[in-house]
Amino acid sequence: MRYGYFPGCSLTSSAKEYDISLRKVTDKLGITFEEINDWSCCGATSAHVTNHKLSAALAMRNIMLAGQQGLDNIIAPCAACYNRLIISQNEVKNHSGIRKETEDLLSVKFEKDLKIINILELFLKSGLNKITEKRKRELSGVKAACYYGCLLVRPAAITKFDDAEQPESMEKIVEATGAYAVDWNYKTECCGAAHSISRRDIVIDLSKKIIDDAIAHGANVLVVACPMCHTNLDMRQRAMKRKYPEHKNFPVLYLTELIGLSLGMDEKDLGIDLHYSNFKYADTLMNNSAKG
Amino acid sequence: MKIGVFVCHCGENISSTVDCLRVADLCKSYSGVEYSVDYKYMCSDPGQKLIKEAIHKYDLDAIVVGSCSPHMHERTFRNAAVSAGINPFMVEIANLREHCSWVHDEIEASTRKAIELMRMAIEKVKRDKPLTKINVPVTKRVLVIGGGIAGIQAALDTANAGYEVVLVEKEPSIGGHMSQLSETFPTLDCSQCILTPRMVEVHQHPRIKLMTYSEVERVEGFIGNFKVTIRKKARHINEENCSGCGLCITKCPIKKKAYNSFEEDLAFRPAVYVPFPQAIPNIPVIDETVCTYYKTGKCGMCLKVCDREAIDFGQKDTIHVADVGAIIVATGYKLYNIEKKSEDSIYKGYGEYGYGKYRDILDGLQFERIASASGPTSGEIKRPSDGRVPKKLAFIQCVGSRDDSKGISYCSKICCMYTAKQAMLYRHKVHDGEAYIFYMDIRAGGKMYEEFVRRAIEEDKVKYIRGRVSRIYEENGKYIVKGEDTIAGMPVEIDADMVVLATAMIPQDDAGSLARKIGIPYDKYGFFNEAHPKLRPVESTTAGIFLAGACQSPKDIPESVSMASAAASKAIILFANDTLEREPVVAKVNEDICAGCFYCMKVCPFGAVEVKDVKDMNGIVYKEVAYINQGVCQGCGTCTATCLSKSIELAGFNNEEIFAEIAAL
Repeated sequence: MRYGYFPGCSLTSSAKEYDISLRKVTDKLGITFEEINDWSCCGATSAHVTNHKLSAALAMRNIMLAGQQGLDNIIAPCAACYNRLIISQNEVKNHSGIRKETEDLLSVKFEKDLKIINILELFLKSGLNKITEKRKRELSGVKAACYYGCLLVRPAAITKFDDAEQPESMEKIVEATGAYAVDWNYKTECCGAAHSISRRDIVIDLSKKIIDDAIAHGANVLVVACPMCHTNLDMRQRAMKRKYPEHKNFPVLYLTELIGLSLGMDEKDLGIDLHYSNFKYADTLMNNSAKG
Repeated sequence: MKIGVFVCHCGENISSTVDCLRVADLCKSYSGVEYSVDYKYMCSDPGQKLIKEAIHKYDLDAIVVGSCSPHMHERTFRNAAVSAGINPFMVEIANLREHCSWVHDEIEASTRKAIELMRMAIEKVKRDKPLTKINVPVTKRVLVIGGGIAGIQAALDTANAGYEVVLVEKEPSIGGHMSQLSETFPTLDCSQCILTPRMVEVHQHPRIKLMTYSEVERVEGFIGNFKVTIRKKARHINEENCSGCGLCITKCPIKKKAYNSFEEDLAFRPAVYVPFPQAIPNIPVIDETVCTYYKTGKCGMCLKVCDREAIDFGQKDTIHVADVGAIIVATGYKLYNIEKKSEDSIYKGYGEYGYGKYRDILDGLQFERIASASGPTSGEIKRPSDGRVPKKLAFIQCVGSRDDSKGISYCSKICCMYTAKQAMLYRHKVHDGEAYIFYMDIRAGGKMYEEFVRRAIEEDKVKYIRGRVSRIYEENGKYIVKGEDTIAGMPVEIDADMVVLATAMIPQDDAGSLARKIGIPYDKYGFFNEAHPKLRPVESTTAGIFLAGACQSPKDIPESVSMASAAASKAIILFANDTLEREPVVAKVNEDICAGCFYCMKVCPFGAVEVKDVKDMNGIVYKEVAYINQGVCQGCGTCTATCLSKSIELAGFNNEEIFAEIAAL
C-alpha cells in the first residue's frame, strides 16, 4: 500500500506549520508517503461555486496523477482538499455523464480507484498504539477541545467516516497522545470559513463562540485539522480582542502539532512559532500538566 | 366444447392501443370458439347480459374474457357465468389491460400481443375442469392479540355479539399506550377516565378470556380453524389467591433497581409491581431480573407479608392452546428512539440532539407521563434533571418521521395533534411559560382537529415556528435549540428549559417475528400489510386474520377504535355461517407416484402438507406419502413446482393446462 500526499495550497503557505508538523510526526511514527508529482489546486471553494466541470476536473487531475504514479491512497490533510477530492471522485464514480465529461477534459480514462483519506483516518489506520508507544512528553494536563469544523466528516453519505453529528475519531487520537479530550458542544459548528476575508464580522462572532464553548467546557487548547479553521480561530483572535476586549488569547493547535509535542518534539521544529497567538505551548501545557 | 370469447374495450383503456374488433374477429377462427364479440364495457350490466345471453343462445361450455386483471373482475365474470349455468372455473381471463394496453403504445404490436394472450387463454379453457368449492367448518371464537384500546374495542365488540374471545396481552396489564396518556385531543378529556371503564368491562365480560403477561408462540391452521399456542409467562404470583391488596409491593425492599416502563423510565418500581394503580388485572408480577430472592435466595419479604399465600417463587411459564376461527391483530406501536443506532438498523439516531444524553429532552410519551395527574410528578410540569418548572418549552415535530435520512419516509400522523395538545396543557399549567413548536407542516385533518390547533395558537398563545431544528446542546442548564424560521427566512435560537420531541411512531420490536409466526405480510418497517389499501383495510392478506390499530400504520385513538370495530365485524361476518366456502384452487398429491421425499413439506409456506400412511389390503402401512390439507392450502403452487416426481397438481392450474398455454404462444 503506497500513500500519496496531496498537500494543497494552504499547506505550502498559510498553514506551512501543518505540513512541517505532519512530515515530522509521520517520519517519527514510520509512516511513509510520496508527494504527488506536479499536483495542482483542488479547486477549493472558488471552483465549485464557479463552474461544476472545472471543480470536478481540478480535483480529478490530482487523483489521476496519483494513480499514474502508482499510489493507492491519497492523504489530504486539509479538510477542504479532502472534501473536494472525495466529492469529485464520488461524482465521477456515480454519474457516467460527469465521468465522460471530466475524462474528455483531462484526456484520460479513470481506471484506478484510489481511496482518499483525511488526517484522522491516517492516524487511525496507521495505529494509535504507535503514538502511545513513542510518547515522550506528559500531556495529562492538556484538556483538548477537538474541533472538526464542517468539512472533515461531511457529507456523511460520501465520506462514510465517523459520525457526522457527534464525531469522536479525533478524541481517540488525542487520547492516544495522553491528553484529555473534553466533551463540548461546538465540535462541528461553522467557524465562518472563507468568509474570513469578505465578512470578517461573521467569522469573528462564529469563531469566538467556538472558543468560548471550549473554555466553558474546561478546555485549555483547541485542536483542529483544517487550515481554514486554524486561520479563523488563531489569526482572527486579534480582531476578536478588538471587538470583545475581555477576550483572552487561546491556544489553537493542529492535531499533528499536538502529536508532535507528545512525541517530545520541539515547538520550533514543529513550526508552532508560525502561529499568530504567541504561546509557549510546551511550557504552558507542561505547567498545566504539572499542576495536574 | 363450445367456447365463447368476449373482448372488452374497457372504455378506451384497452381499445386505444389494441384493435379489439380485430382480436374478436380473429378469435372466431380458432377451433372450439363458437362465438366471439367485442364490447365497450364488458363488466357493466349490459356487458354481463351479453355474456349470459351468448351462453344460452350458443349453448357455450366455457368462456374467455379479454379484459382487465383477474384481480379486478374475475369474480364478476365468474358470477355472470354461474348465473347462466356454467361452472365458475370454466372462465378464463386474458389480461389485455395491465399486461398489454397499459404498458405498450404501438397499436399493431399490442394487438398482436393481445391475440397471443387470447389464444393462451382459449387453449387453457379447453382443458379446464369444473371445480366445486370446498366447505370447511368454523370455530366461532376470536383471538385478539394486543390489549391496547384497539384490542379492547375488538374484544368487546366480538364478545357483545355473542362470541367467545381470547385476549392476549404481553404486558402485565391491558390498557396499552392509551393508559399512559394525560388528556386526549381534541376534547382534552382524561384518557384514563374514558379507558378504564372499558378495561373493567373486558375483565368482567363472561365471554372474554383475558390472558395478560402472555405471548402468542405459534399459530397453525387456517381461516375458521386456527390452533393457537400461547405462552403465559410466570408472574410468580398465584392469580387465584392474590387479592390485589398490594402489600407485597409496598413492603418490597428493592426500590430503585428497575425503571418503571409505564412511566417511560422517568421513575423506578419495586421488584414486585403492577404497572399502574388501575391495572387490569390488579395482580402484581415479580421481576426475576432484580428480585433479591432470585439472586441470593434470601429476602422473601413479599412471601412473609402475603397472608393469602399468593407468592409462588417456583412458578413456571405455562403453555395454553386455543382453537379459534379468526384472529384480530392489534399490537400497536412504539416510539422511535433518538439514541445512536447500530450500523444495520434502518433507523438513524439524532446525534444533533445529543443521542438521548440530555435528561430534559423527552419524547411525547414521557411528556404525557409528566403531564398526567397520575404520573411521577403528579401532573406538575417539572424537569427530570432538577425538578425545576420549565419556563420555556420547545416542541419539535417530525423527529424521525418524514425524514429519509433518518430512515422513515412516512408521516406519523398524530404528532401535529398531540404536540398542540401538549403545548396547550403546558400553557394551562405554567401560566408564565412560553411554548414553541417547530413544525414542517401542520396536518390537522379530522373532526375538530384544525379548530383545536387554532385554539392552541390563538387562545393559548403557543408559538409555532415553521422550520427544522439542526442542533440542540446544553449550555448553563439551558438547552440551546438552533433552527430555522423558514417563513421569516432567519435562523432562530431558543434557550429552552426542556425540549419535547414528537418522535415517529414505529411498530413494536417484535412485530416482524409475530407476523412470521402468524403468517401475515408486513412492510419494511414492520407495519402489517392490509389486503387492499382502500377496499380491504382491516383484513390481512391471510384469510381470517384481521388488523386493528397502529400495528398497521400510525393512527390516533378514534381511528384505532373504528378499525377495531371493523375488524370485529369482519370476524362476526365470518361466524355468520357454520361452514366456510373456500376456493377449490388447491394442490392435490397423486399418491400412486409420490415418492415420499417431502420436499413439498419443507417449501410449503402455510404448513398444509402432512404425512399420510398408505396401507395395503391387510391394513399394513407400506409407504408414506404427502397429503395436502385442502383447508390450509392457499393454492400458491410452490409444492407443484418443487415436486421431483411431478406428483402434485394444482387444481385449475395443472401441468396440462399450463403447457397448453405455453404451446399456444
